[in-house]
Amino acid sequence: MTTRDTIQLGLYLIVLILATKPLALHLEKVFEGSKNLLSPIFGPIEKLIYRLLGVNPDEDQHWTKYSIDLLVFSGVTCGFTYLLLRAQKFLPLNPQGFAGMTPDLAYNTAMSFTTNTNWQSYGGESTLSYLSQMLALTFHNFISAAVGIAVAVALIRGISKKEGKGIGNFWADMIRCNLYVLLPICIVYALFLISQGVIQNFHAYDIATTLEGVKQTIAQGPVASQVAIKMLGTNGGGFFNANAAHPYENPTALSNFFQMLSIFLIPSALVYLLGRRVRNKKHGWAVWAAMAIIFVVGVLITAHYEYQGNPKLAELGCSSPANMEGKEARFGIFNSAFFATITTDASCGAVNAMHDSFTPLGGAVPLSNIMLGEIIFGGVGSGLYGMLMYILLTVFIAGLMIGRTPEYVGKKIEGREIKYVMFAMIVMALSILGFTAWGALDPRGLAGLNNPAGHGFSEILYAYTSGTGNNGSAFAGLSANTPFWNWTLAFAMFFGRFFMMIPMLAVAGSLAKKKIHPGGEGTFRVDNSLFVGLLIGVILLVGALTFFPALSLGPIAEHFDMLQGHLFK
Amino acid sequence: MTSSIWNPELMKTALRDSFIKLNPKVLIKNPVMFVVEIGSVLTTIAFFHDIFSGGESNALFTGQIALWLWFTVLFANFAEAMAEGRGKAQAENLKKARTETKAYRRSKSGKMETVNSVVLRKGDIVVVEAGQFIPADGTVIEGVASIDESAITGESAPVIREAGGDRSAVTGGTKVLSDKIVIEITANPGEAFLDRMIALVEGAVRQRTPNEIALNILLAGLTIVFLLATVTLKPFAIYMHTSISLPILISLLVCLIPTTIGALLSAIGIAGMDRLVQRNVLAMSGRAVEAAGDIDVLLLDKTGTITIGNRMACEFIPAPGVNIQELMEMALLASAADLTPEGRSIVTLAEKKGIRSSTPQSGVIVPFSAETRMSGLDYDQGSIRKGAFDSIQTWVKTHFKGTVSPEVSLDVKSIALKGGTPLVVAKNAKILGVIHLKDVVKPGIKDRFERIRAMGIKTVMITGDNRLTAAAIAAEAGVDDFLAEVKPEDKLRLIKSYQAEGRMVGMSGDGTNDAPALAQSDVGLVMNTGTQAAREAGNMIDLDSDPTKIIEIVEIGKQLLITRGSLTTFSIANDVAKYFAIIPAIFASSIPALGALNIMALRNPQSAILSAVIFNAIIIIALIPLSLRGVVYRPQSPSKILERNVFIYGIGGIIIPFIGIKIIDVVVSALGLA
Repeated sequence: MTTRDTIQLGLYLIVLILATKPLALHLEKVFEGSKNLLSPIFGPIEKLIYRLLGVNPDEDQHWTKYSIDLLVFSGVTCGFTYLLLRAQKFLPLNPQGFAGMTPDLAYNTAMSFTTNTNWQSYGGESTLSYLSQMLALTFHNFISAAVGIAVAVALIRGISKKEGKGIGNFWADMIRCNLYVLLPICIVYALFLISQGVIQNFHAYDIATTLEGVKQTIAQGPVASQVAIKMLGTNGGGFFNANAAHPYENPTALSNFFQMLSIFLIPSALVYLLGRRVRNKKHGWAVWAAMAIIFVVGVLITAHYEYQGNPKLAELGCSSPANMEGKEARFGIFNSAFFATITTDASCGAVNAMHDSFTPLGGAVPLSNIMLGEIIFGGVGSGLYGMLMYILLTVFIAGLMIGRTPEYVGKKIEGREIKYVMFAMIVMALSILGFTAWGALDPRGLAGLNNPAGHGFSEILYAYTSGTGNNGSAFAGLSANTPFWNWTLAFAMFFGRFFMMIPMLAVAGSLAKKKIHPGGEGTFRVDNSLFVGLLIGVILLVGALTFFPALSLGPIAEHFDMLQGHLFK
Repeated sequence: MTSSIWNPELMKTALRDSFIKLNPKVLIKNPVMFVVEIGSVLTTIAFFHDIFSGGESNALFTGQIALWLWFTVLFANFAEAMAEGRGKAQAENLKKARTETKAYRRSKSGKMETVNSVVLRKGDIVVVEAGQFIPADGTVIEGVASIDESAITGESAPVIREAGGDRSAVTGGTKVLSDKIVIEITANPGEAFLDRMIALVEGAVRQRTPNEIALNILLAGLTIVFLLATVTLKPFAIYMHTSISLPILISLLVCLIPTTIGALLSAIGIAGMDRLVQRNVLAMSGRAVEAAGDIDVLLLDKTGTITIGNRMACEFIPAPGVNIQELMEMALLASAADLTPEGRSIVTLAEKKGIRSSTPQSGVIVPFSAETRMSGLDYDQGSIRKGAFDSIQTWVKTHFKGTVSPEVSLDVKSIALKGGTPLVVAKNAKILGVIHLKDVVKPGIKDRFERIRAMGIKTVMITGDNRLTAAAIAAEAGVDDFLAEVKPEDKLRLIKSYQAEGRMVGMSGDGTNDAPALAQSDVGLVMNTGTQAAREAGNMIDLDSDPTKIIEIVEIGKQLLITRGSLTTFSIANDVAKYFAIIPAIFASSIPALGALNIMALRNPQSAILSAVIFNAIIIIALIPLSLRGVVYRPQSPSKILERNVFIYGIGGIIIPFIGIKIIDVVVSALGLA
C-alpha cells in the first residue's frame, strides 16, 4: 500500500465519522415522528399518503403485525414489478423497444430488487426500458432500503423500550424513511453526480464510430437518479452492466469517493442511533469500532493480495505482478480493493472492478464479508440487525462467563431470543451451503460455469452467498441468466432477506416486553475494548467455523494452487 | 461425604450407569450427545461393512473411529453419572432420617390413635413426647421441647422449639429430647422438605433452568449449523472429484459439534446443587440457585447477620464526683440476677475490671418490664436501678426528687451518637453513671462485604434501630446502605421498589413477619430455625441457620454459570484446531495444495482424523473434575473475571487442541494405529 492509499483510507474514515452523528440525530427525529428539518416540505405529503393507504401512523404495532404488514407490502410490490418487467414491451419509455422479460428472469429480478439484493442476471442497458429502470427498479431501490431501515429502527425500539408491547408502526417508519431521509439526500446526491459527469436523460442510444471505424452503441438514460439511491440504499444494481466501473455511472475520483462513502453513511448513523437510544453512546461507538476494525483489516488484506498479484508472473519476468485484470485503470489497485471491501461489508453489491478477477485471497475477503452476514456497517438496516445477532451471542456467552443471566443493555437474554438468533443463523448457513451444494452437483448449475476446479467452485459459492446475503455482486464468470440460476438465486435472496428480518423483529418484540435492568457494577459492560475484542472474536469464530470447509475448497485451495503454479484446463 | 472426586465406589456405579444411559430414549434429551450416538451407530455399521467387504486396512481405521465415538458418548454419560452419584450419596444420608415412624394422631374428637407416619396428611394433629421422632414436617401448636436436629443439620447441640413465635417449625425425622409437644402437620407425604431435597440432589426432578434452556438452544443450533457444514462437504467433494467416506464425515461432525459442553452440561448443573447441599443449604429449585448469581441487592438484617445479635457492655462512664469503682459495684449488683445477654455482659465486663461479684444477703430483685423499662434491686442500703435514660430520669425525679447532671446527659448522647445503647445506673437520688452497651459487629464481616462489593452487589442493612445507631453500625460493618427504624412491612416495600427498578433482591430471614418479604424477594434464604410460614415463603433453607450464608450461595450461583459459559467457549474454540487437522486430511489426495493447511504436520490423513476424534473424547474425561468442582471463582469485578476466563478458556481453547492433537498423533503413529 502506498502512502496515498493510507491517506485515502484515513480520510474516508474521518469523513464517515464526521457525517455519522448529524445524520443519526436527523434519523432519530424522523423515526420518533417529531418535527424535523424537512417537516414543512414533506409533512403534508406524509399525511396524504397515510390517508391514501388508510393507515394510522400512531398505532404501536405488535411485532407480528409489523411483520405481516412488511411481508404484504413486499409481496405486493414484488408482484407489481414482476408484471411490469414482463409487460415492458407494451409500456411507454422504451425507445430501444426491449421485449418483456422471461418469467424466470422477471421473477429473479423482482425478488432481487424487493430484497435489496440487486443481483442482476441481465445487462441493464440491453434489457430494460427506461420505465422499467425507473418505476420498477429505482422505486424498489427506495422502498427496499426503507424496509431494511424500518426493521433496524424497530429493533432499536424493542431494545430500548421500557416494558411495552409494540415496536412501532411499519407504514410510518417506511414512509418517513423515504420522505425525510432517502429522497432528500438522493436529490442533492444526484445533482452532485451530474456535476461530476453522470448522465441523466431519456435519449435513444448514441451510435458512435470509433477510430478503428467500428460502430459502437453508447447507452443513455436517467442514470444519476438511480446511482444515487443504489449507493445510498446499499442496493447496488447498476444502470449499466458494468456498474460503477462505467464512466457514465462513476466518472471521477471524487464521485468514486462519495459513492463509497454513501454506502456506509446510513449504516454508520444507525449504529450511533443504537447507542443513543439505549442511553449508552459509548456502546454505539464500541459496535462502530468493531465494525471499523474488521473493515480496515479487510481492506488491507484485499489490497495486499491485489498488489502482490500472482507471484508466478513475477518469476516469469513481468515488470509488475500487481493484479490489474478486471480493474479500471482509472481506479487502480487500491480503489478497486477498497470499493470491493466496502460494497461487500455492506450489502450493496455495486462494483467498480470485477471481483471474479481478484486474486484468490483478495477475492476471499469480499466473499467472507458477505458470509459473515454483511454486518460490517452492513446494508442499510440489515447491517445493524445482522450485527445485533452477533451482539446477542457475544453478550450471552460473556454473560455466562461472568456468572450472571446474560443481559444486553439491561434486557435479559433468554431462550426465546437465542432461539430466534439461531434460527436466522441456521437459515443463512442452509441457504448458502445448501444451494451451493445443489449448484455444484446439478448439471444445470454446472452449465453456467466458465472456470474449472477451485475457481469454478468459488463462483458458485459466491453467487449463493451474494444472493443469501442480499448483496448482489458476483464472481461474474458465471453465466447466471438461466432458469436454474434465476430460480434458485431468487429463493436464496428470499430466504436471506425475510428469514433474517422476521426473527429479528421477533427478537425486537420479545425484548420490548422486558424490564430494563439498570446496569450495575456486576453486569457485563458493552462499551469497552474488551467487548469490542470479544464481539470481533465471536463474529470471526462463528463465521469461520461455519464456512471454513467451503472456503478451503474455493479460495484457499485456489491460493495454494496458484502458489504452486498449478494449471487447470 | 468425602471430597475426593474419584471415589472408587462412586466410579463403579457411574461406570455401570454410563452404559444404561446409552438408551436413546434417555439420550435424546441431550441433542448434542444424541447426534454423537447416531454417528457411533452408523460408523459401527460401516466398520462391519468394511470387514465383510474385505477392506482390511480400512476396517482397522473405521473400527477405531467407531470405538472412540462410543467412548465419547460413554464419557459424557459417565460425567453425568458421576455427578448424580455424588448427589445420591448425599441423599442416602438424608434418607436415613426419613425412615417411617409411628405417629400418635389426635382426631377431631380428641381421641388418640397410633398410625404410620406415611398416612399423615396436612392438617393432622400429632403428639410427640421425649424420645420419639417427629413423624413429618409441622408447626408446634402447644408446648415447648428441646429437639435433636442433628440428622439433618449435623449439629449435635439440641434446639428449642415452642408454640407461637418464630421458632415453631419442626422437621420430620428429628427427635424430641425433652418434654411433649403437639404438632400440626404441614406437609403431605412426599412433599416434605426432606423429600424435595432428596429428589433435587438425586437429580431426579432436575428441571432445566432458564439459562440452561437458552444454552441448550444455542448448542442445538450450533449442532445444526455444523451438520450443514459437514453434510454439504459431500457434494462439494463430488464436485472436486473426490470422495469422502461416511466415517470421516461423521468424525468431522462429532469433532465440530460442541460435545465438550454438551457432555458436561448436566453434570455441571447437578454438581452445583451438590455444592449447595454440602454447605447445608437446601434449594427448592435449580432456578433459585441461578437467580442467586443474578442478585444485585442483598438485604441483611442487622441483628444476627451483621452483628452477633446481643449488645455487650464495653465501658463504664461514671457521673461527675462518682468513683468508677462504685459505679461498677452497683452495676454488678443490679445485674446479678439479670440473665439477659446484656446483663451477663455487664457482669463479665465488671469482673474483668476486677470487681468481685457479691450477691446481696437480702433484697428484692426488680425484673425488667416493658412498662418501666428498668430493672434493679431493692435492698437494705437502698434501691438500685439500671435502664434507659429517660426512665431512670423519671424514676429519680418522682421517687427522690433528684436531678440529672448535664455531664450525664452529654455522655448518654455521645454514646447514642456512636451507635451504642446507653444504660444509666442510679442509686436512690444519685445518678452513678452510664454503661455503654455496644452492638458487636461479627468478626470478618467487613471482609465479606468487600467481596460482595467486588462482585457488584449492593448490601443494604435493615434495622429497627434509630438512624444514628444504624449509621454507626453500617459504617463499622462497611455496608453500602442502610434502612433504619424499619417495620416489617417496610421490608416488603423496599424489595418491591428495588424490583421495580429492575434489580434482583436477595434476603435472609426467619420470622413469620419476614414471610411476605421472603416470598417477594428473588432469593429468600430461610433459617432452619424459622417458622413454617417463613420456610414456605423462601426458596432456600439454611440448615445451619447462618444468615450470612447467602453470600456463599451467591458465589455458588455465579460459579455455576461461569463454569457453563467457560466450557462452552472452550468447546467452540477447540474447533479451529480440528479443522486444521481434518480438512487437509480429507482432501490430501484430491487437492494436494491444501496440505499447506496441515500446520500441525500430522503424520498421515488417517492419523490426523483419528487423533482429532481421540482428543475430542478424552478432553471430556479430562474436564470432569473441573465440571464437578466448578471453575475457580474469585470475587472480582466482572471485567476481570471475563478477561481471565476469555484468556484461559477462549485463547487457551484455541491453542490447547493444537498441542493435544499433535501429541496424540505422535502416539497413534508410534503405536502404528494409523
